[in-house]
Amino acid sequence: MDPLESVKITFFQECDEHLATLEGDLLAMEESAGDREAIDAVFRAVHSIKGGAGAFGLEALVSFAHVFETALDHMREGRLAVTHEAVQIMLRANDILADHVEAAKSGADADAAAAAAMMAELNALSPGEGGEAGGDDALDAGGTAPDELGFVPLKMDIADIGGDDTASDPAADDADWVVTFAPHARLYATANDALILLRELTRLGESDVSLDASALPGLDEIDPEGAYLSWTVRLLASCTEDDIREVFDFVDGDCTLTLERATGDGQGAGGSGDAADELPPADELGFRPVQIAIGEDDAITSPVAESDATPASAEPAASAAPQAASPPPTAKPAASPAASATIRVDLDRVDKLIDLVGELVINQAMLAQRVSETVIANDSNVSMGLDELEQLTREIQDSVMAIRAQPVRIVFQRMSRVARECASATGKQVRLVTEGEGTEVDKTVIERLSEPITHMLRNAVDHGLESPERRAEVGKPAEGVVRLSARHQSGRIVIDVADDGGGINRERVFNSAVEKGLVSADATLTDDEIDNLIMMPGFSTAQEVSNISGRGVGMDVVKRSIQELGGRLSISSEPGVGTTFSLSLPLTLAVLDGMVVSAGGQTLVAPLTSIVETLQPKADAVRRIGPNRTVLAVRGAHVPLVDVGVAMGWRTEPLPATEGVAILVDSEVHGEAALLVDGIQGQRQVVIKSLEANYQHVDCIAAATILGDGRVALIIDVESTIGSNLRGATPAEAKELLAAAG
Amino acid sequence: MSLSILTVDDSRMMREMLLLALSEQGFVVTQAEDGVEGLEKLNSASFDVIITDINMPRLDGFGFIEGVRADEKHRATPILVLSTEGDVEKKTRAKTAGATGWIVKPFNAEKLVSAIRRVSA
Repeated sequence: MDPLESVKITFFQECDEHLATLEGDLLAMEESAGDREAIDAVFRAVHSIKGGAGAFGLEALVSFAHVFETALDHMREGRLAVTHEAVQIMLRANDILADHVEAAKSGADADAAAAAAMMAELNALSPGEGGEAGGDDALDAGGTAPDELGFVPLKMDIADIGGDDTASDPAADDADWVVTFAPHARLYATANDALILLRELTRLGESDVSLDASALPGLDEIDPEGAYLSWTVRLLASCTEDDIREVFDFVDGDCTLTLERATGDGQGAGGSGDAADELPPADELGFRPVQIAIGEDDAITSPVAESDATPASAEPAASAAPQAASPPPTAKPAASPAASATIRVDLDRVDKLIDLVGELVINQAMLAQRVSETVIANDSNVSMGLDELEQLTREIQDSVMAIRAQPVRIVFQRMSRVARECASATGKQVRLVTEGEGTEVDKTVIERLSEPITHMLRNAVDHGLESPERRAEVGKPAEGVVRLSARHQSGRIVIDVADDGGGINRERVFNSAVEKGLVSADATLTDDEIDNLIMMPGFSTAQEVSNISGRGVGMDVVKRSIQELGGRLSISSEPGVGTTFSLSLPLTLAVLDGMVVSAGGQTLVAPLTSIVETLQPKADAVRRIGPNRTVLAVRGAHVPLVDVGVAMGWRTEPLPATEGVAILVDSEVHGEAALLVDGIQGQRQVVIKSLEANYQHVDCIAAATILGDGRVALIIDVESTIGSNLRGATPAEAKELLAAAG
Repeated sequence: MSLSILTVDDSRMMREMLLLALSEQGFVVTQAEDGVEGLEKLNSASFDVIITDINMPRLDGFGFIEGVRADEKHRATPILVLSTEGDVEKKTRAKTAGATGWIVKPFNAEKLVSAIRRVSA
């Protein structure tokens, strides 16, 4: 890869890191009432994005970041108060900054109008100068805001040190220069070196250097850190004044520098530098003309003592010694948490490791099985060693999975923007409260969380919260609260999106469902059942089509995408108090606790999370509906009984129900149902191997795994297995099935 | 000649960029993420040139430069400030702290190398 490309990738990674913390830092800034550390953190992040953007010529990003940074600088310097309003504007500015970064990533253009409007808002924050502030500072900042100033950030007009291009300067023709250079002690205190400067100067062309050592005191009076020498350089080369000044760029103010034309009218066109104005009178520096013969210039040009011989009493002659105002060079007590020791590892390597550990788990299981098939006693050394190996393998697996685990904060952080945008689009006031951001879940799950949560959040703001007027009527504060929380619960992660709105209007939901033919008008449904209608395909209670929560997608789609991850979505609502959507997901998509079953002579794995119970069907509990559908009575209710062997196509005739085992599962789409299998082999954790990645998608199958005996077992996709049974049912059968299910 | 250079910058991207530009010249680069880490590196090693950013967490460039200069063995080490800010007040502050030179970001490699040549023997 082009090395610069890799730096660019780093830049965007860093941008993402900054953007991820910026919002929290902005809020912290407001909460801490303008604490300097908090403002500094925000400033640094924006500053850093700007700096990097400049390096890659991302001009739109640079100009926007610059204006943002300027406003922050005003805050930092106390010229702009950290008010709620100002922070609100900056939060929105942060959104636009994120847009710019995204646009820059893809090489697209960000929304220029939105950026311009925000820049105007930010400029308006700046005290006094109004819109002027940005432009002026941009100039100071070395021209890093080309859009505003109309010039390119990288100035290339600085003459090459060699001075080859100076011929183009008419003033340089035939011009010799006489440069006098008298360093102050301060020049040496900043580790500049007269020798190097002279060397650079003489590189400009043929030159004649003479030393004036007349100011050098006697040895007994010499201050090792003083400055006593000066030089006159006659440059025979033609070069510009700028060429010469650039050599002395770093020591401007720390030396007396004069430039004169040696030819022409002899008037000294160059004049003395700014430094001359600051030159203290010679006697202040203790200059005393003493003649000393000096053999080599080099030996004495750098009086900064590098040996231990520096006398303790020797104060640097002109160094600004008492720097009392400056902070001591020790670390400030870290307000930000100390950087924990981390390393960056390529994700591919982690994935590879996880894969390998998966193999190890399978291998260990195979070994255990083989040993158990031999005649080795349970308390033998081999068996006990194997037990330890199993324990160890499990621990390694957990540890490796932990490497890929990430806090949900990454997803939650993006949500305040979603809430903000949704609130402004619906004219509602929303405060998003997040809890449990530190809850960790596998990266592969994290990546797929964003969409459903975004949707649930939009739904909560759009449909859940009442309008400010309505809230006022019922005595609630105008600002609605949406609570986004995450926690671990029995090996899964549970994420709640709870609003404090009016709750689900069950009457309206029910009527709407009847209208759409989802339920019959005379059906008696519990509150829970009505609530769940919201997540049925084709349902929407919105009076008018809203593109806020929906974007053309219903809650049913959200539910399905969550189910694809092995998750569940549930809903609870209380009239007048609010609605909570709860989403529960496995912590990882790499391993699964499963029940190993056999059906049609094959071994299959049913995900444990969806299993409610297993039972042996009794003859009188089984009812046949139509030619090939069956329901099972479970504690008074009837659920569809699906023969797994038939669903998978391994047999055409279902197993007589009484000869098999019914696994009662909780299906998201179809409610409770029972899977009929031939028998149960056991329960174990299996490593998930994607079928799609290795073969292709197969109906009724979620994935595959390798069992202890080396056989490949398919993992049942509960939803589609049950669905396959219901699909193609005649209307009469469907009605009967529905009625049977209650 | 292969110079040893310490770069102090909180931006990983900037550190990588410097590494790229400097190692091309055959310079040996040591990196630090902020002033505190920079001073730590200087505890155990000396460098021909130090390049530092100004805006950094924990210890900023000004504090870092003062810290370097406070150590007798690094008093003669040239320190170049590499910052997006180029205003006179900041430059003066850096100089007062003991900075040798100043380069405004975004830098180009030639300019950077020429600046290094201008401060290193």
